[in-house]
Amino acid sequence: MSNNATTVLLCGVGGQGALLAADILARCAMACGQDVKLSEIHGMAQRGGAVTTVVRLGQSVSSMVADHGCADFLVSFETTEALRNIAFLREGGVAIVSDESIKPLPVLTGKLSMPKAPRKQLAACGAQVIPAELLAKQAGSVKAVNVVLLGALSTYLPYPEEVWLETIEARVPAKFKDVNIAAFRSARAWAQEHAAKEE
Amino acid sequence: MELISGNEAIARGAWEAGATIGVAYPGTPSTETMENFAKMAGVYAEWCPNEKVAVEVGLGASAAGRRVLSTMKHVGVNVAADPLFTAAYTGVGGGFVVLAADDPGMHSSQNEQDSRYYAMAAHIPMLDPADSAEALAFTKEAFALSEGFDIPVFIRSTVRVSHTKCPVELGERSEVARVPYEKNQPKWVMMPLYAKPRRLDLDARIERLRAYAETCPFNRVERKGEKVGVICAGATYQHVVEALPEASILKIGMSWPLPAQTIADFAESVDALYVVEEASTYLSDQVKALGVKLSEPKSPLPCAGELTPQSIACAFGAQAAPHAATPENLPPRPPALCPGCPHRLVFRELARMKAIVTGDIGCYTLGALAPLSAVDTCVDMGASISMAHGFELGLEGEDHRPVVAVIGDSTFAHSGITSLLNTVYNCGTGTVCILDNRTTAMTGHQGNPVNGITLQNRPSRELDLPALVRALGVEDVRTVDPMDMKAVRAALKQATGNDALSVIVFESPCVLLSKERKAPFEVKSDCRACGTCSLIGCPAISCDPETRVASIDASLCVGCSQCSQACPYGCIVSTGGSHVE
Repeated sequence: MSNNATTVLLCGVGGQGALLAADILARCAMACGQDVKLSEIHGMAQRGGAVTTVVRLGQSVSSMVADHGCADFLVSFETTEALRNIAFLREGGVAIVSDESIKPLPVLTGKLSMPKAPRKQLAACGAQVIPAELLAKQAGSVKAVNVVLLGALSTYLPYPEEVWLETIEARVPAKFKDVNIAAFRSARAWAQEHAAKEE
Repeated sequence: MELISGNEAIARGAWEAGATIGVAYPGTPSTETMENFAKMAGVYAEWCPNEKVAVEVGLGASAAGRRVLSTMKHVGVNVAADPLFTAAYTGVGGGFVVLAADDPGMHSSQNEQDSRYYAMAAHIPMLDPADSAEALAFTKEAFALSEGFDIPVFIRSTVRVSHTKCPVELGERSEVARVPYEKNQPKWVMMPLYAKPRRLDLDARIERLRAYAETCPFNRVERKGEKVGVICAGATYQHVVEALPEASILKIGMSWPLPAQTIADFAESVDALYVVEEASTYLSDQVKALGVKLSEPKSPLPCAGELTPQSIACAFGAQAAPHAATPENLPPRPPALCPGCPHRLVFRELARMKAIVTGDIGCYTLGALAPLSAVDTCVDMGASISMAHGFELGLEGEDHRPVVAVIGDSTFAHSGITSLLNTVYNCGTGTVCILDNRTTAMTGHQGNPVNGITLQNRPSRELDLPALVRALGVEDVRTVDPMDMKAVRAALKQATGNDALSVIVFESPCVLLSKERKAPFEVKSDCRACGTCSLIGCPAISCDPETRVASIDASLCVGCSQCSQACPYGCIVSTGGSHVE
């Protein structure tokens, strides 16, 4: 069903920056001559609710949505949301998950509890749990978490590093350019090191 | 190639077609269309109080000879239906194109209605693009069709067209001369004398449109095999291409009027013909009505919600892709009122006093969710006030809880004023709370007649809400700061204690309008673990699941002090100072 397109599902909590990450990914693919579709959901969900954005990349892309078992990549800004969306990942797909956990309101009010050992559960699904907030902070701003996740994702995609960097430079505010480029590079290094350890 | 959404493409298509006037009321998933159109060179665009007004302004500008774009969400078409049905009779001067943006799956809406039924019922031709490139091309052509057939034209989108970005080749703008206006009563005065002949003229125009539909390049056949043929339209087409790669497809780009002969010919050319569509049976019903026999997939397609490539493939017998199971017992993550939201304490008090709360459409619908759980009803724009009147009538003579309507500033301007006028006129009772947060927040902070901010930032004026409410005839009107819990409690007590109709204007700006943040609050070590603070449902406050002791996430807290006011023991205090984020 995939018509040879690559499907990336980004998920997280409203306001975390998934839209910008999706936008940079789509533009990078376009700059490399690919067709893209980027599907986002606006409105009510953005008030701190769970959000997902789908980017599909390839020679010719038709559908703009992801199905269970069909996403090549799951990029999550938060551990609970990664678990919520893990069913979208295809067998052999790659999950890249920020190690941050954000409690939803039913947990904050004590009605429900967070999943037990989310990192372990995710690791059992083969996910790469990345210290995205730490890497972003080290690069200069926690707001660069979205670019950190892209940096990790970039090691699996065929786009040259300079195209990524050019796209990031064009899409982030000028004063955050250096921070974002540092964040992207450090995440790439982290992912490559992580992949080397796996082997 | 530019990466643009369907909404941006519709705005661009209208601009390239030489449209000079845009009129709209915001509503997901349509909102960004008019926001983008308003930024383009050489156009005038405005937010109107509601969609009916927008279409009427648009029709006037069209009569005056301009090309006009009007945009709205699907339920906005209900509001605009009155002028639209008759606009089909009058026809247009300059081209008049109306976007109806549907929300299958109800990502941000109260129902899943299919606007294609409106096209059929109102006799307004409808184009149904499947991606941004088509959205641009169809919108551009819609203006020519509108003028060529003397009729308004619908563009229909769904959330997966409006909010999907893909690469699009942009074109140049054509400057179009204004069609000179000349008085023409038989065309524009729809009293029976003229409406009767105009109805016959409409039928003649529809006949020409039916003939055009057969040659319309937006209806096209993609020939693959002869075994299976699928008729589909819009975003669903994109899923069908992937789900059924062997199937021949009749892609419908003009969803009303349908090309009867093209459909019959396509049906003849395949062994089995299917219609694949989401959230309604519009297309399959119409195809069946043409006398064309449809086959049914092996298992039925879902009748509610969005389709996906896999849901289609599985209906036709494919196996679902293997995947990991979703872990059980994951806590849901519903949207919530923001930290510092001025609506919060009003809902907390309404819940505390166990009022019957008729709600409305906006961020404050979230007052329905736990732990506030304050809202009893949510139906449509303005319904809070009219339904409260109905509740009061229905409960008359019985001992009952206070009935309180809750409505936002923009929604009050949209449809609440006439509702309140009705309650006054018919000597109704109850309490109406206008939550005036100085913006249309849920759709992304648009201007509205209450805050006086216009779409292209032309100077305007703020509305004096209490003065308007008094002018309507309400005597018990008070303005209250919703950030002050004691004041909220006292006002609600007094207002609901009044046997006559009362209105409270709770005025405080949406917390997202300002970047300024006060110092965060913190919970002192002598917290009594009573759990009261968590009842206000602030995402910055959490209760330890074991000890029930409260804590505040300083990174989320905006220093609004609501929790501090709610704490019965004075255990929540400011850390002092203020900062700008």
